[in-house]
Amino acid sequence: MALVEVKDLYKIFGTNPKRAIPLIKEGKSKQEIKKKTGCTIAINDATFEIHRKETFVVMGLSGSGKSTFIRCLNRLVKPTAGQILIDGKDIVKMGSDELRELRRYKMSMVFQHFGLLPHRNVINNVEFGLELGGMKKTERREKAMEAITLVGLEGFEFSMPNELSGGMQQRVGLARALANDAEILLMDEAFSALDPLIRAQMQDELLDLQDKMHKTIIFITHDLDEALKIGDRIAILGPGGRVRQIGVPEEILSNPADKYVKEFVQNVDRTKIITAGSIKHSGPVLNSIKDGPKAALHLMETQSKSYAYLVDSQRSLKGIIHIEDVIELKKKKENDLSTIVRHDFFTTTPDTAISDLLGTALHTKYPIVVINEDNKFLGIVSREMIIAEVNEGVDESDTPTVFSEILEETEVFQNE
Amino acid sequence: MNRIREIFDIGAGFESIIEWLTEEADWLFDFIALVVEGFLDGVNWLFNFPSAFVIIGLFSFLAWKVAGKGVALFSLIGFLLILYMGYWSETMDTLSLVFSAVIFGLLIGLPVGIWASRSDSAWKILRPILDFMQTLPAFVYLIPAVLLFKLGPVPGVIATLIFSLPPVVRLTNLGIRQVPVEIREACRAFGATPKQMLLKAELPVALPTIMAGVNQTIMLALSMVVISGMIGAGGLGNVVLKGITQLKIDMGFEGGICIVILAIFLDRVTQAFTATQKR
Ligand SMILES: Nc1ncnc2c1ncn2[C@@H]1O[C@H](COP(=O)(O)OP(=O)(O)O)[C@@H](O)[C@H]1O
Ligand SMILES: [Mg+2]
Repeated sequence: MALVEVKDLYKIFGTNPKRAIPLIKEGKSKQEIKKKTGCTIAINDATFEIHRKETFVVMGLSGSGKSTFIRCLNRLVKPTAGQILIDGKDIVKMGSDELRELRRYKMSMVFQHFGLLPHRNVINNVEFGLELGGMKKTERREKAMEAITLVGLEGFEFSMPNELSGGMQQRVGLARALANDAEILLMDEAFSALDPLIRAQMQDELLDLQDKMHKTIIFITHDLDEALKIGDRIAILGPGGRVRQIGVPEEILSNPADKYVKEFVQNVDRTKIITAGSIKHSGPVLNSIKDGPKAALHLMETQSKSYAYLVDSQRSLKGIIHIEDVIELKKKKENDLSTIVRHDFFTTTPDTAISDLLGTALHTKYPIVVINEDNKFLGIVSREMIIAEVNEGVDESDTPTVFSEILEETEVFQNE
Repeated sequence: MNRIREIFDIGAGFESIIEWLTEEADWLFDFIALVVEGFLDGVNWLFNFPSAFVIIGLFSFLAWKVAGKGVALFSLIGFLLILYMGYWSETMDTLSLVFSAVIFGLLIGLPVGIWASRSDSAWKILRPILDFMQTLPAFVYLIPAVLLFKLGPVPGVIATLIFSLPPVVRLTNLGIRQVPVEIREACRAFGATPKQMLLKAELPVALPTIMAGVNQTIMLALSMVVISGMIGAGGLGNVVLKGITQLKIDMGFEGGICIVILAIFLDRVTQAFTATQKR
């Protein structure tokens, strides 16, 4: 069972909002309905699931209903119609006591403009949620300190919020949300108010934290790059609060569901999203235990390559062997390929974005080898594939100059 | 013409209301008078019982703590001046009246202000009433106070508290309404009850604004206390009144100086409190 199930969810602002629903079903536009009834449609018939321990990103332009949606999940906003099941329980039907329990122990929230209490110092802000739940002072201090350590705020416990930079204030917001150890973390444009550098740093730290904590994070953003970086899955909200597409980042990029999503996606730098792991393919590989010079020459011939990668029987990478060395070895009537391995090639990890490989790709003779943290051979990524990937999704008409420069450089390199 | 005058005889209507109140709700006003008088006596004793030097020392220390050296020095010199001009007990009487009126004013004004901030319709009703209260000349408050509570310090306190009530209601309402939406949302999102939200977030965040209201209320109360010298409330109001009615220019002037010193002291101290909170 999914952790959160959203079914036929509507939120319409205005007096007597239910009367707008039939109009929506007739296919009237947001503007028409606004004119006719004075009601604003914020969420229009959303249905989807959020899984345990995933980072689910909701992205859309300003006014598309993102904040409204995330506030439906903790009922700061009451949906007009539909269901939201959390662990199978419909929170739309919950009374105020049940809701308070839910908010205190099940989910917590991080706000765009931090929402800190200006009269409380950092640690008192962090323990706010625990205090509301009636936890004893010493215990909540301890928990608050843990959260403060997690977000790297040690030493600032007794600062006041207005003495901290935006990034630090949002760390306080994050620590406050982590302190009550809730399973679900709601983040409404949590990094949007920060400047780009701090923002990227906070994104990285959130990813690190998530690696350790495995919460279910529901993250709102209007920035597709951020969505692609953080999200395990992404929901794209169109204008009028309609969900346009839900999928993993690569799906959204390579198969936009409609024109709206496509226009979004076009502005993204694919090279930052596509990883070495996702485009790797097999290459010429030899096993150091069982393969000798004969097998090596045969493999190189059939694949018309002048090199092959050598691995052991656990597929641990040992190095690269060159055809000249193999011929030499054969002449000497020796068999052990591991005596002739060289290391004049590059390796990378599967989650490296290909944008980070561009430089390497231009200066290596041999394809880059993708290995995991145990040094296991996973596949190779060649220069041609990287360039092809860079060019995909770029219209001929507006090829950015950097790409053409890269192509030129490559040609020069090949002519050498 | 006379008939029309009869129909529009609002004054007579008011008079009959007061009459009715004095006859039928007698016990209520007696009770209020008892509470106010008891409180006032207590406060009066507090300010008058210790030696003047102790009080002056305390006041100067308070001023130094919250408002700094300058205000402390001013208070020290100012209150010594009052003492040596011979108006110490009158000044303490006035201070007791102000203090009592303001305390009762806060007891009424804060809840009313909170209520107004919660409900738009409540605010819609309250606002014109507050406007009306603030434009009504101060003297008018003396009439019902005298009719319902006779003469003396008690009607003085009552008239003062009603006259000085509007700012604290207004600014409590304003302060709470100005609490940023995200702070409210954060409270709710972490499971605050309405009471927790009020006590842990709204009131503390609104405190600087509320304190500005308290400051204004105190200043209004001081001005009204002087006016209520006319109904025998005593204190500095009496001194000034005597100065006017008996043409004792020196007395009127000295009384005036005492009032100014007290006003500056109260203003600076409460204002400083507002400022430290704002930080
Ligand atoms: N409290 C409200 N009352 C009326 N309309 C609202 C309210 N909150 C949001 N809206 C409207 O709902 C739509 C979605 O708003 P919001 O969820 O804030 O979008 P986003 O967070 O994506 O910018 C907008 O058209 C907005 O004007
Ligand atoms: Mg928003």
